[in-house]
Order: sequence, then C-alpha cells, then structure tokens
Amino acid sequence: MSQSLRPYLQAVRSSLTAALTISNFASQTSERHNCPEVEANSSPEILLNPLHISRNENEKVKIEPSYNSVRISIRIKQADEIEHILVHKFTRFLTQRAESFFILRRKPVEGYDISFLITNFHTEKMLTHKLIDFVIEFMEEVDKEISEMKLFLNARARFVAESFLTPFD
Amino acid sequence: MAAPQVHHLFHAPIADHSFSFDKKTLAVARENNVELYQQSGNKFALSDELKGHEKTVTSVDIAPNSGRIVTCSQDRNAYVWEQTPTGWKPTLVLLRINRAATFVRWSPSEQKFAVGSGARVIAVCYFEEENDWWISKHLKKPIRSTITTLAWHPNSVLLAAGSTDSHARVFSSFIKGIDTRPEPSAWGERLPFNTICGEYLNDTAGWIQGVAFSPECVTVVYPSAPEQPPRAMLNIATRLLPLNSLIWNGENEIIAAGHDCEPFRFHGDENGWQLAGSLENKAGEVRGAREESALNMFRQMDLKGQAQADTKLKSTHQNTVHTIRTHEEANGVVRSFSTSGVDGRVVIWNT
Repeated sequence: MSQSLRPYLQAVRSSLTAALTISNFASQTSERHNCPEVEANSSPEILLNPLHISRNENEKVKIEPSYNSVRISIRIKQADEIEHILVHKFTRFLTQRAESFFILRRKPVEGYDISFLITNFHTEKMLTHKLIDFVIEFMEEVDKEISEMKLFLNARARFVAESFLTPFD
Repeated sequence: MAAPQVHHLFHAPIADHSFSFDKKTLAVARENNVELYQQSGNKFALSDELKGHEKTVTSVDIAPNSGRIVTCSQDRNAYVWEQTPTGWKPTLVLLRINRAATFVRWSPSEQKFAVGSGARVIAVCYFEEENDWWISKHLKKPIRSTITTLAWHPNSVLLAAGSTDSHARVFSSFIKGIDTRPEPSAWGERLPFNTICGEYLNDTAGWIQGVAFSPECVTVVYPSAPEQPPRAMLNIATRLLPLNSLIWNGENEIIAAGHDCEPFRFHGDENGWQLAGSLENKAGEVRGAREESALNMFRQMDLKGQAQADTKLKSTHQNTVHTIRTHEEANGVVRSFSTSGVDGRVVIWNT
C-alpha cells in the first residue's frame, strides 16, 4: 500500500465508523412511510453535514450521514481516456446487479462513479464493522482491478495490432 | 461484580423492552408485535404475543402496579393491553396524530401515559370514565421535530422530552381531575397544561436520544453528552460513538449506553462530569476454547476465505443498545439495570 493511501483509507474508515450510527426513523413528512432520510431529503434537521475526503483531485469520497441512512459516494481514479471507459464499464456492470449487492445504489451521485446507500435495516442485519471493511476493501481493490484491466487491454491491443500487420511485413 | 445475565431471545432488533414489577414477565417489541416472555428458571420463555399493530412497534411499557401494557407503533396508533381470563385485550387510544408514534411511557401514578410522535406533538393520554376510552391532550407548542424520548418526573406532572431539533424540554402535563396539584419545586409553582418549564439547546446540534430526571429532580440529562440543572448546562465530551439511553444511579452517577454496544459510567456533580469507564469486564474475559492451530487457520481459509473470523465483538451486546432501564433499585441507588438492543439480546447488569 502506498504511503498516501494508508492515511486516506484510515480517514475514510474512522469517518464511516462515526457516520454509521444509524437507527430506525419513520418519516415525519409523509404518513406511514419509513424511507432513507438522506434520499428523501425532506427535513434539514435530520441530515448531518456531508463530509468530503479527498486524496487528490481524482480520488475522493463523499459521506452523507442522516438519522437512518448514510450515502457513501466514491470517485475512482481515472488518469486517461482508457481508464475512464474502464471505470464506466466496471461500475455499470456492478450497478446493473445492484439488488444482489444490497447496499449498492443504482445510480451514482453526480460527480462520483459509484455510490452506496446503507440504511438502518442493513446495519441491523449485517455487522457494521464488516460493512465498513467491505467499503474500504472495495476502494483498495478497485484501483488494482482497473490498472490490471488497463494492462491487459494494452497487451491485447498490441497483440491484435501485430497479428493484423503481419501480412504487410 | 457478577457477570451480566444474557438472554438471547431472537435474531431481530429489539426496539424497546420492559419488565413487570415482579421481574417475572418481560415484554419485548419485535417488528410488528410485542412478545411476552415468562421467566422459568434462569431463562425467559415465550408465553404470549400481542398482535394488532400494522407497522414496527417502537416502544412498550408495563405499568408496575396495574400490570397494564401500553404499546405504540409507526402505524400512528397506541394500544393499552389488559389481561383478561381469555387473554390480553387491546384498547385503542385516540391519539389524534398523523405520523409515527415513537416513544411511550406510563406516568409514575399510572393514570396517564405520554406518547411522543413524529407529528411534532406529545400526546398525554388519560382514561375518560364516561366514554370508557383513552383520550389524549396534545403538547405541541415549541416542538419543531420528531420526539425521540420522554421521561416522567416522579410527581407525574412534569414531563421531559428530547427531540431531533436538538432541544430538550420540560413540560407540564397537568390534567384537571386526574392529577393532584403538584408541590412547588425548582421547576415552578403554578403549572397549567403545556407550561414550558425548561428548554435547553444542545450546543453540538446533535439529536437528543435520551432524557432522565435525577433522583432529586433538579437535573435533566440528555446523552449526546450534556446535562443540566435548571441554571446551568454541562457538556461531557467523549470519544465514544453516540449514546442512546441513560439512567441515573444516585445523584452523582449516570449510566448510559448506545452505539458502542456497551454501557458506560459517568461520574460527577455540579462542578463537572467525566467518563469513568465501561461496565464491561473485557480484560479478565477468557475467550471460549478457540482453536488457534495452523490446521484451523487453513480450514477457515478454505471454508470462508479468511484466516480468522472476527465477526464477534468483544462486548456482551453485539449491536447497538437502544434501551437501558433500571431493573432493581433501593433508595435511588441502582442495584441492577437491563439493556436491550438491535442484536436481540436483553442483558441484566449488576452495578
């Protein structure tokens, strides 16, 4: 792990630990509803101040806590056009299968690549510290995954170009 | 200090729990129902279910003397349950609220109970003889947001309420014909209905999760840290996660629990309060016969893809604690208290 990644992940971890102190809360604006307040956005006193943690201009995390839900948005590093396409395809693959990921949000928040929505029902069924571990591990792994894919893509492109250009040799 | 008694009832969140006066019956709010457990030996066994609510039950309270149970739920209703030879009979309370009911407590006189709600009102309910039903009067004036917690003063007139607009308030809930005139106290002399006897803003702007009157009744406390007598307010800054509920143990000690999954002690007096530590005895704990051999490590890696399982917290509760209640006390000193939480456990602790 690089020197600047460790404090970045540590900051995200402690912010998430503090943010994931959520409990059941029925809506106070619509009758007989119980929805994530961070999404409903109907009463300002139920929302807490959103928190931005950024490693550099390309990699940042936004944590929006509320009484009964927390929204975590991640911007994945994209150095060039190829990485941009890869990240887009990768997150699209995940969000299309959002219901099997439970905490994944179908659409990322504006300006971010992928968003998670953790509600009190998730922390009741799952272990909070494991949920945090999952988010941190995802952030660690996704960079690795993207650069691996990029290497693989470049290698394949080289191979394809070579085999196409052999007849002209 | 004896080890805490752990009763693991089920794998679902417990929104609230309440013991009967003889501590033999335990009422637990589980999803849309309230379950009654009877003590048999060292264990609690399911004896009855109170069905009637259509949405999550948020709070339950057993009156110590009459044995009546009051429940409230996110379906906007509250029921008073009375035991009859044929079973528990519910009576609907006319709450007249249009949002979820969040919290309910019997007054010490058991003539009234208060229901907090998301409709920015507190319904103070009492029994009307002529019509044979429970009706309510609303406390609503300065409340701006959902009521999260309530606590009764021993004189059954003063009511402390905490809400998500970061205010803790003390109201008078005096109802003519039901209550006797209260003795003049630090909170005021004449107390007609809906008098605001105290209003305290939490400086940190956190939501109020618990309030309690101290035994001498001049202090209200709410745990996102602060504590205040009628004239001053103190903040206890801690590095803990938010606390959900608290009780007084004498005049100089508070016990509070919350998202850290364990109860903490706070000591102090008029000059200041501080954290005195956890009630959990973690150091002397011997972890059960966990196999630490290489064989076990590889087996774990094979089965679960991890070298060791860290799915168990070191605390007795395995998830957030929602409610903390006095179990046994003598002369204002708590001998034991009970906690319940999201992990489906009810734990009885000795102080």
